[in-house]
Amino acid sequence: MINTKVKVLILRVAGTNCEYETKFAFELCGAHVDCLHINKLIVTKTKMFEYDILVLPGGFSYGDDISSGKVLANELKNILGDQIRKFALSGKPIIGICNGFQVLVKMGLLPYSDRCDQVSTLYYNDSGQFECRWIYLRIEQESNCIWTKNLPNIITLPVAHGEGKFIPINIQLIDDLNINHQVVLRYSSQDGNIPDYPLNPNGSISRIAGICNKQGNVFGLMPHPERYVLALQHPVRNNVKEEYGYGKIVFQNAVNFCK
Amino acid sequence: MIKKNIVTTIDLLNLSNDELVNFSQTNVLSLSLEEMQAIQKHFKQLNRNPTDIELETIAQTWSEHCKHKTLTGIVEYTELIPRNNSNSHYHTTKFTYNNLLKETIFKAAIELNKQWCLSIFNDNAGIIEFDSNYGVAFKVETHNHPSALEPYGGASTGIGGVIRDILGVGLGAKPLANTDVLCFGSPHAEALSIGMHSPKRIMKGVISGIRDYGNRMGIPTVNGAVYFNDGYIANPLVYCGCMGIIPKNKIYKKVCPGDLILLIGGKTGRDGIHGATFSSIQLDQNTDINAVQIGNPIIEKKILDTMLKARDLNLYSSVTDCGAGGLSSAIGELGEHIGAIVNLDTIPLKYSGLKPWEIWISEAQERMVLVVPEKNKNKIKKIFEEEDVDAVFIGMFKQDKKLTLTYDGEIIADLDMMFLHNGIPKPKISASYQIKLDTIQPSLEMTNVEIIQTVQLLLSNINCCSREWLVHQYDYEVQGHTIIKPLTIGKNFKLCGHSDATVIFPYTIVKETKKCIVLSCGLSPQYGYNDVYHMAASSIEESLRNAVAVGGNINKMALLDNFCWGNPNNCNTLGSLVRATKACYDMSKQFSVPFISGKDSLNNEYFINNKQYSIPPALLISAMGIIDDVNNTVTMSLKQHGNKLFLLGLTRNELGGSMLFNVRKLSGGIVPRVYPKESKIIMQKLYEAMSKKLIKSCHDCAEGGLLISLIEMTFSSQHLGVNVDIDAIGTENNSMTASEILFSESNGRFIVEVDYNNELQFKNIFKDIIHCYEIGYINNKHSIIIESKKHKISINENVTGLFKIWQNAISW
Repeated sequence: MINTKVKVLILRVAGTNCEYETKFAFELCGAHVDCLHINKLIVTKTKMFEYDILVLPGGFSYGDDISSGKVLANELKNILGDQIRKFALSGKPIIGICNGFQVLVKMGLLPYSDRCDQVSTLYYNDSGQFECRWIYLRIEQESNCIWTKNLPNIITLPVAHGEGKFIPINIQLIDDLNINHQVVLRYSSQDGNIPDYPLNPNGSISRIAGICNKQGNVFGLMPHPERYVLALQHPVRNNVKEEYGYGKIVFQNAVNFCK
Repeated sequence: MIKKNIVTTIDLLNLSNDELVNFSQTNVLSLSLEEMQAIQKHFKQLNRNPTDIELETIAQTWSEHCKHKTLTGIVEYTELIPRNNSNSHYHTTKFTYNNLLKETIFKAAIELNKQWCLSIFNDNAGIIEFDSNYGVAFKVETHNHPSALEPYGGASTGIGGVIRDILGVGLGAKPLANTDVLCFGSPHAEALSIGMHSPKRIMKGVISGIRDYGNRMGIPTVNGAVYFNDGYIANPLVYCGCMGIIPKNKIYKKVCPGDLILLIGGKTGRDGIHGATFSSIQLDQNTDINAVQIGNPIIEKKILDTMLKARDLNLYSSVTDCGAGGLSSAIGELGEHIGAIVNLDTIPLKYSGLKPWEIWISEAQERMVLVVPEKNKNKIKKIFEEEDVDAVFIGMFKQDKKLTLTYDGEIIADLDMMFLHNGIPKPKISASYQIKLDTIQPSLEMTNVEIIQTVQLLLSNINCCSREWLVHQYDYEVQGHTIIKPLTIGKNFKLCGHSDATVIFPYTIVKETKKCIVLSCGLSPQYGYNDVYHMAASSIEESLRNAVAVGGNINKMALLDNFCWGNPNNCNTLGSLVRATKACYDMSKQFSVPFISGKDSLNNEYFINNKQYSIPPALLISAMGIIDDVNNTVTMSLKQHGNKLFLLGLTRNELGGSMLFNVRKLSGGIVPRVYPKESKIIMQKLYEAMSKKLIKSCHDCAEGGLLISLIEMTFSSQHLGVNVDIDAIGTENNSMTASEILFSESNGRFIVEVDYNNELQFKNIFKDIIHCYEIGYINNKHSIIIESKKHKISINENVTGLFKIWQNAISW
């Protein structure tokens, strides 16, 4: 029998640590998942293009030494840069979660996948601390991000990072991202208004929590959708009747897109 | 034997007793005169002097840290029990233990003989059954002295070390969760003397160390406690725990002659020299900082990724971590019954210039030793090479029952395994403990206003206030398994309270399972001043109670003990330790909950201006249990307006050591006792009620008493509050005042919320339980409303203000 499942590649390096739950999330959505070490792609020339979806998961790639995600961003750009850019421009879905988002931004695949220049960064949280907490997010419904279809206006997810403050190279970039509908997620209060700390956990400019490229196939976000795929994972256990969490919808969108 | 100038032969045979003691001290061997004499005698029989590396090997193997001489030694124990209700008349009982641990804590586990205990007290961690295919392993370690000297490095290598214990149990378990329990001096106090850190600095360093190591390893830090007492000002306590999951067919180790020794992970350097022996020395401002190790979590993460791959391919037959004593302890233990030869030239070094003995006992971090059958040699090396993990074959196991070390082509150590592991003399140590009577305090009356003022004082007390500032720094969500989190938060994600225990649901590992693991802890040094028995018993009951409060099953729970005590050569210090182990045996038996692993850290003492200080004894009890259905777990936040509140358990006049006495500077009072029969049946019934989904929320009564516990429940409940009638609370006698009832810290009590539709069913389950009292209901005013006709009490206080006081007391 030919395996018709959507194939997902989760890229692993020293310090990756969210691959199990991310794998589970995609499998829950019916995908086939391989977690491959970067050396497999570099040394044995495993073809990235055999896969439908590329995932840069959370963690502390190479210890986040220098600055978060920077070492892996350089490694990817210099060694696998052409392949990844082609993958992105071909329209296949790519997601960078937390550390993966930091990598996508620092290698420049976000926000402009065609240019691959770094024009923004994710900097130390305003609180000066690592922040692990649940937050509210507003979904920008005009965005053409393929990962966030079918989500309500306000969702909840956990964040866990020390460097998550989105900073653009200049204010023009924010305007451009808004005009192009590339801002996908913003930190929000419970009722959709502008939040204070800790609901804006890092002080992000324009409260940005996640952005996509113009085509909407490459998506990076600080919150962890893979940690809220089961309803049970939500911290407020009042009246849990649903089986799944918002995170599952994110992964299901990408899998459905590839079918 | 040939000696190079790099290896020194020690002229031990001709040393006098004084010189033996002196030699042990100046070389940080931490060996007693009797032990030095035994070594001298052994080498006299061999008719030669030992080399430096041989002596160091023996010192590491015989260290208190590795051998647990005190807990496994012969103890002559005398107990003085007060007579005729007077502290000046005693009768005396005497008892001799041939092996304190085996005859108390371990004995209870043997007698309980639980079939679901898969490995107890004989590996790096205890293992209990999770389901038909998996076991779960749990271990808690301490890293006190290193954290006193270098808080960040000490704490991070503490957590790194206990993670390696889990990687090194059986053929390796996958870590699922970390725990940390910390004791510090008051954060407002200054450092005691030049050369020591202030408590606040120690605390910040320790927390950062745990955060950075745990977060980078991708292991959630999910459970713990912070306790402040100035007795820990120069000697903090840093308990680090790790729980992991392991396939049942990977629990047993095997080492055969001819198997190869594979060293994987970090390189060896001069860090952590004498860590094992230095832990037996009292601290002062001149203590050598080289004894503290340096951690690198990413190297350990690479080990985790690759080692478990090799495990699942069955490429090695045994594994252990390099912890205290370094390679010396790791290989010494693995080869104990057969013998081993190691070539020290092959060991990868961080830098050149290390002497062979330094290579051999270095406690450089992130190293594991694997036992590899010759046939798998190439396959296993490839696994590690593929992911850039250093892996080097450094020797092999033999049949000669000897430990042989070579360097530069020559033999530099040639030790008899039998002597190395069994040659240590078993000295008799005496211990004595004098039990003091509790005294009941004068009747304690408070007005409405005084009660509220007291509540505010308690909530802002450093031992009661919010730990939110700390918990959010730990990634408690990574891996996605944390179903009940360390903080129970309200709907607006701003309000929060401390959960009683944590629940880990390993759905990514065990597919389609409903089972989950509960972790909790109990620590009550404040109850130890009159009788450590009650302190130990309370810690045990508290840990069980916490686990039960979130849905734990008392019939499938196991305990870990971690003693942090002073110098065991002090007769009274050791006496209190013995007394505490008696409580462990009694409670373990009566609750029918076995201990599966433990660790002691003795000599927690320090010198300031030549005066010796000992820490307040602290027994940390960690509990782990298996819950059958994750859907039946319960959080502490109030769920619905109108639901009824019940109090399970009897409230006694037990205010000794309480938070109330602490903030009001009162002394005396009866310390909370444990009534196992009473408590156990309540715990069993509670699990039954939770399994039927009759309980909407549950919280235990602990530090601060009933009123504080009620307030904690409202903290994580947006808009909701409680109405409670004091007169409905079951008390041991009618003479207790309202404030005694509200602030007593009696053990064994739970507050539960019951849906009004389920009330009959709930009452039916508890119909035979005398101590089940309906005390009030849930209001929608976010207020604490407490009434008593009898005591003429009427309190109505909004929770929002109280929450602010609690949340902002410490916030860095």
